[in-house]
Amino acid sequence: MLLDVKNLTKSYPGADGPVPVLQGVDMTLDAGETLALTGESGSGKSTLLHLVGGLDAADGGSIRFDGREVTDLDDQGRADLRRRDVGVIFQQFNLIPSLDVAANIAFQARLAGAVDLARMGDLAEALGLAPHLKKYPENLSGGQQQRVAIARTLMARPKLVLADEPTGNLDEATAGEVLAQMLDLVHQTGAALMVVTHSASVAARMGRQLHLSRGRLA
Amino acid sequence: MTAAGFAALWSHWRRNPLQLFTLVAGLALATALWSGVQAINAEARASYDAAADTLGEGRFDHLLPRVGETVAQSRYIDLRLAGWQVSPVVEGRLFLEDRSVRVLGLDPLTTPGGLSPVQMEAGDGLAGFVQDGQLFADAETAAIIDGQVPFAVVTDPTVAPGVVVADIGVAQRLLDLDGRVSRMIIAPDQPLGVAPLDTLAPDMTRRPAQEVSDVSRLTDSFHLNLTAFGFLSFAVGIFIVHGAIGLAFEQRRSMVRTLRALGMPLRRLVWMMIVELVVLAVLAGTLGVVLGYLIAALLLPDVAATLRGLYGADVAGSIRLRPAWWASGYAIAILGTGVAAVGALWQIARMPLLASARPRAWVMASGRGAWRLGVAAVALLLAAAGLAVAGRGLTAGFALLACLLTGAALALPLILRGVLGLAERRATSATAQWFWADTRQQLPSLTLALMALLLAIAANVGVSTMVSSFRLTFIGFLDQRLAPELFVNVDTVADSARLEAFLESRAREVLPVNSVETRIAGLPTELFGARVGPTYRENWQFLAADGDVWTRVAQGEAVIINEQLARRASLWTGQVVAVGPGLEVPIAGIVADYGNPIGQAVVSEAVFAQLFPDQIATRFGLRSDDPANLRGALIDDFGLPEGNIVNQAQIKAFSLDVFERTFTVTGALNVLTLAVAGFAILMSLLTLAALRVPQLAPVWALGLTRAALGRLELLRAISLAVLTTVLAVPLGLALAWVLLAVVNVEAFGWELPMFFFPLDYARLAVFALIAAAIAALWPALRLARTPPGDLLKVFANER
Repeated sequence: MLLDVKNLTKSYPGADGPVPVLQGVDMTLDAGETLALTGESGSGKSTLLHLVGGLDAADGGSIRFDGREVTDLDDQGRADLRRRDVGVIFQQFNLIPSLDVAANIAFQARLAGAVDLARMGDLAEALGLAPHLKKYPENLSGGQQQRVAIARTLMARPKLVLADEPTGNLDEATAGEVLAQMLDLVHQTGAALMVVTHSASVAARMGRQLHLSRGRLA
Repeated sequence: MTAAGFAALWSHWRRNPLQLFTLVAGLALATALWSGVQAINAEARASYDAAADTLGEGRFDHLLPRVGETVAQSRYIDLRLAGWQVSPVVEGRLFLEDRSVRVLGLDPLTTPGGLSPVQMEAGDGLAGFVQDGQLFADAETAAIIDGQVPFAVVTDPTVAPGVVVADIGVAQRLLDLDGRVSRMIIAPDQPLGVAPLDTLAPDMTRRPAQEVSDVSRLTDSFHLNLTAFGFLSFAVGIFIVHGAIGLAFEQRRSMVRTLRALGMPLRRLVWMMIVELVVLAVLAGTLGVVLGYLIAALLLPDVAATLRGLYGADVAGSIRLRPAWWASGYAIAILGTGVAAVGALWQIARMPLLASARPRAWVMASGRGAWRLGVAAVALLLAAAGLAVAGRGLTAGFALLACLLTGAALALPLILRGVLGLAERRATSATAQWFWADTRQQLPSLTLALMALLLAIAANVGVSTMVSSFRLTFIGFLDQRLAPELFVNVDTVADSARLEAFLESRAREVLPVNSVETRIAGLPTELFGARVGPTYRENWQFLAADGDVWTRVAQGEAVIINEQLARRASLWTGQVVAVGPGLEVPIAGIVADYGNPIGQAVVSEAVFAQLFPDQIATRFGLRSDDPANLRGALIDDFGLPEGNIVNQAQIKAFSLDVFERTFTVTGALNVLTLAVAGFAILMSLLTLAALRVPQLAPVWALGLTRAALGRLELLRAISLAVLTTVLAVPLGLALAWVLLAVVNVEAFGWELPMFFFPLDYARLAVFALIAAAIAALWPALRLARTPPGDLLKVFANER
């Protein structure tokens, strides 16, 4: 088992006191498995994804990732986790505007000390980015930018890919194309994939689906 | 509609209080430094005008002693008996413990019409002035002398600062000048057929009104220097304002689009923005003028001391609030805001209604305009080079400074962009590559603050190089000129001869200090008669020499002139000048003469005696191997009062004190300019901090800790400050060269050698880096402590 989440809780400060977002979530994920996390707005999907990815700290509960307890990690430990073991793909792409496409793709792998130029060529080819490697993000379309974000994540060979509405900013045709490419490449690497989505069609393409409602798994 | 529009516009400032603070504080600081300097200048000029009014300078011809400082009062009586309408004046300094005042004695019954010594609205009027011996002075001066002299003191604001006006008889008693007058004022209308002055008063010389010592003209250069520094500080402040307005307008583009889409006419919107800016300018201007008043009040005593030490000009030591100065403070605040905002307003006025509401990557837009800045920078630097080669006059000197500094400031972003690009290409790690690339991308947002830093550091390097070069040269000059171990003076001509006899066997060398005021090449000049000997030969150094200078002077075949006279009269060695009636000799040497506003010439003692046989030296420089013993002998054996002996160290200390005070003001303005630049960096970084989160959050998400990002932000500010400092040092040295070789020559008539002070520059660089680090520390700490939740908001899709 790659990921084992138990009794996870998280709340955010509100005007009238803490607002609970996750209220005792339990879930697991195996290596190579794909999972869709669905739910209404504010149900806690993104928060769960952020806690699993070491982007935020939980209030309570346990997250065991590849045998390590994530909730025990400090700021540096969570940064190491994000750099080496987990890749995150965001809805808004979040590329680094000051670096060109090639440097963006290589960035996380270089941070992790695992850059492989041949793999970058393969990924760029597979995602149709080869002609755009010297361009800057501002010169790319939304679909192209999300492909760069996918390439950046997969270039670092993470064990778990977390994707938060990865096709939410794309038109239907482009979204389908990008999703297919992402799934294909994730399968090739053997990584697990957890996707937060509102889209039933996206969720349907994952191996398993979980539904969150008011901070609890339905 | 207008009220709703204003409410919408104002909401931006309410939501961005830091930006509002930056704008107001930047403008207030700029206005403060400018209006502070203007207040000092206005106060000084008012003092000069008051002095000119009191003394009648520039309005009437004066009759001055040809030799010495006074003539017998009988000369005045002779002239009156001959029918000349003249009025006697006695003047001199009255020393009171640690202070001194200028005493001016007038005869109110004979002063020409319109020249009233005082308005006499206070006191007992003319009767009190003449009969009771009342003294008139402004409040500051009255406080100094009150109780120190045996006469009543009446406070009168119309009297010039530092001057005490009295009836001539009272002044003669105060100055111990019974039976003597210093000069006479010649009424413009004289009876026909009076005998010529040359015949009646051969020992006096007539000076036309326009040639009377004009303190105002003499000090113009000093005030111009102050104004230039004030303007530099103002320019640095306006950089901050420009940055704040540009960013605010950029962030309001979406609001402008919405307001227009909702029916607000563009013209009205632009007018509302102008009104908004004027309100802010008036608010900041008020703060600036108040701050400027405080700065002026702090600096004025030093300026007054400088003007008194350098030019003998008395300036009030306290600031008065003048309506014209208030108005000029507001005017400069509004003008500065206008200059800073005109570009942003123009863009808003031309923005199509359907333009993108997304803040138009201000940074990128700035980058696209870089080539225009480059062209302007090159043009300005070429103009500076042209002015350096072909420019003449003080205005050209300041134009050269303006072109050099502005051109360098505009070139800064291009140079930094190139250096950062190079660093990015050379980077080996992902973090380093991102760091340099991201720094390059942030450059346009920080450019204005960095330009301010560049100008502030360059001004510091330039001015400190000038002052330190001047100090080194001046100390060397004092060593040359103040070689005698003791300086003594006697009261009478008889004592002079007795002293020379006394010293014959006791002093190694006796050097009479004998001079008259005369004119050479049409310019006022102090002519000295020198007893040429080893001291002159060994110590004086020449800027230009023609042959064995001292031998030629000793033989009466040549004259030495100072640099000021040489430059003003376009004279140089080899040229022949008339130094007295029937005596024309070539110039054998040019000497430096720092701190002296007028010309100076030196002939041999014999030639001097031949030209001015009545002028006997009463001051002497004495060379001795045992000055303490000689001093004792002069007091005990000769009977010279102790106060008539001054040792070399005292004079040097006094001269250096005057020198240091002269540059206190420029030093203070330097520090203030650097402080404003530091503030500019702080405000830029704080303003950017909020905008940076979306740029930094992805990097954090990819595995850099917040602490590491904070450290990198600090390193970024320091790196940019280091690069800017490295560029500022050569710019500062160029500035120093312009000040030393161009501005000083034009303003004061002397050129100074330039020395380099690497340790000073290193210290300044460290200060600048510390200032940048302190400015960056707060935003970096804020970033390092940003809660993950705030960073995650960047990725949130549902909030």
